Amino acid sequence: MLKTYNNKAWLLVLPVVLCVAFSAIIPLMTVVNYSVQDILGPDQKVFVGTEWFQLVMRDPELHAALGRQVLFSAAVLAIQIPLGILLALALPATGWRSSLSLVLLAMPLLIPQNVVGTIWQIYGRGDIGLAGAALTKLGVNYNYTGNSMDAWLTVLVMDIWHWTPLIALLAFAGLRAIPEAYYQAARIDGASRFAVFRFIQLPKLRGVLLIGLLLRFMDSFMIYTEPFVLTGGGPGNATTFLSQYLTQKAVGQFDLGPAAAFSLIYFLIILLACFVFYSLLQNAGPAEKAPH
Amino acid sequence: MAKIELAGLGHRYPGNDTYSLQPQTMVWEDGGAYALLGPSGCGKTTLLNIISGLLVPSEGRVLFDGRDVTSLPTERRNIAQVFQFPIIYDTMTVFDNLAFPLRNRKLAEPEVRSRVQEIAEILDLSADLKRRASGLSAEDKQRISLGRGLVRKDVAAVLFDEPLTVIDPHVKWLLRRQLKRIHHQLKLSLIYVTHDQIEALTFADRVVVMYQGQVVQMGTPQDLFETPAHTFVGHFIGSPGMNLLPCELNGSSIRIAEQSFAIDAALATRLAQVGKPLTLGVRPEFIQCAPGGEKAGLSAKVVRLEDLGTSKLLTVHLGGHQMKVKLGEHAQINADHVQLALQPARTMFYADDQRVA
Repeated sequence: MLKTYNNKAWLLVLPVVLCVAFSAIIPLMTVVNYSVQDILGPDQKVFVGTEWFQLVMRDPELHAALGRQVLFSAAVLAIQIPLGILLALALPATGWRSSLSLVLLAMPLLIPQNVVGTIWQIYGRGDIGLAGAALTKLGVNYNYTGNSMDAWLTVLVMDIWHWTPLIALLAFAGLRAIPEAYYQAARIDGASRFAVFRFIQLPKLRGVLLIGLLLRFMDSFMIYTEPFVLTGGGPGNATTFLSQYLTQKAVGQFDLGPAAAFSLIYFLIILLACFVFYSLLQNAGPAEKAPH
Repeated sequence: MAKIELAGLGHRYPGNDTYSLQPQTMVWEDGGAYALLGPSGCGKTTLLNIISGLLVPSEGRVLFDGRDVTSLPTERRNIAQVFQFPIIYDTMTVFDNLAFPLRNRKLAEPEVRSRVQEIAEILDLSADLKRRASGLSAEDKQRISLGRGLVRKDVAAVLFDEPLTVIDPHVKWLLRRQLKRIHHQLKLSLIYVTHDQIEALTFADRVVVMYQGQVVQMGTPQDLFETPAHTFVGHFIGSPGMNLLPCELNGSSIRIAEQSFAIDAALATRLAQVGKPLTLGVRPEFIQCAPGGEKAGLSAKVVRLEDLGTSKLLTVHLGGHQMKVKLGEHAQINADHVQLALQPARTMFYADDQRVA
């Protein structure tokens, strides 16, 4: 057995430890700190144990926001992933047409979230917005500030417009990485177009789609800016998702204890969901290996 | 199974002036095991892809048993192809992989099952049928690729595009022997592309050597070794390759670098009619070597003697030309000079790289 006499290694990892401590662990600990105390003033505080957690867990408003959030993320994933794959399949593979479509497709990804919100806020207005006015002219009773269904659909369509290109770009890159011989073999085997998709393309895309799925899940589950700009969470609470609810608690009502408690729960939900997605997809088959 | 004819077949890739495949005509007999041998970029894969239908030739026709299939797509040509690296359907079991081409062709399930069992038996895959194909080793995956070709009853020919590239050396010969066995068992036409001469010579009944987009010789391994039709075949086949030396005809003798040796009159007459610069070709194996000072043969300066284990390789200088001579395991050369004797029957003459005598 080798014995370690020299502990210099600890010194060498120290910078990283400090970085992680200051960037992640210490801020997280302050949240933990708030979540277990009732802070009445700068010098007055009481340890309350799990009281805030219990309070938050029983909050019907939060349950409603969580329900909306889950529904929203599910809709986002169910629409954006298949749509992104379809787009990637339809894109031209080579030449200037390919480059042009990729640039056009990537445009929405370059726009800041609050600008996206503003664009759609104007776009959907019944009086001056292109889409809103057109719908009104067509006789559709569309009003995203008044009708919760309309507000919901607008937020969803906006997110699809904004983020489906990400999935499409990932899937496009994944498709280009499939060696030509696979398609040739499939032709020799007499495979249909659908069989090629089902047995070659989809399995080979699993890696990039896993990344796309995780990114889209986390992002959509934490969505804040766009609905805040577009609908402000309304009408009523129709588009108040978790982040906005949390902000109302922490900044609006200054309920730091419950807000901190909920922050931790929020964080754990996302961590858990990502872990579940990851494990499910990893177990769907062994990891892809390059052919060479 | 089918006889494959290529009639005036040539190919130029779009936007390219030179031929990737020179227009040529040839016949591949039904049930033959052919190897298509040549260096990288010589047009082997182009030719293979034209036969399988993955590529439409820019000129000429492809005939299977006299039927023109030039414009038929791959899936309607009854061709099976095994690629350089194993192509399998990762998400399927071995059984489903093998059944895939049959199911795509809407065969009844009981028949699919019996065909797959039969082929799995031949390829030693029976025990793995229920396993996921992606978990297998490279050689088993390559067996599956081959199996997907063999399950189809109507296969005219199986094409191999350097199929053993990713296989470990010690398994290569096993797989190759298995291929030969399958070839005898199923009487299939096989076309095997490779740049490895050992692979080609041990696998095929007939070897087709390609060079710069052209078939330069089609023959048995013995033909290629003993009577190369082209200087390229001479130095590509064999290790080391054929010695090629510029020479001149001088009456009834041949002159190489200030030295001469006599040839028989009939050969001299034939060479005299060529009227182009001649090259003499002789394999290192077919040169006899005697100590210096003897009268017969060409005198050459010894450069070095290398021990190859089972034989020795002598490098000599003949005038300004370097030559290799293969000697027996126990040969000893102590002199500075040796006398080289060429066997008339094993000495070839070339003009413009083509064999003339």
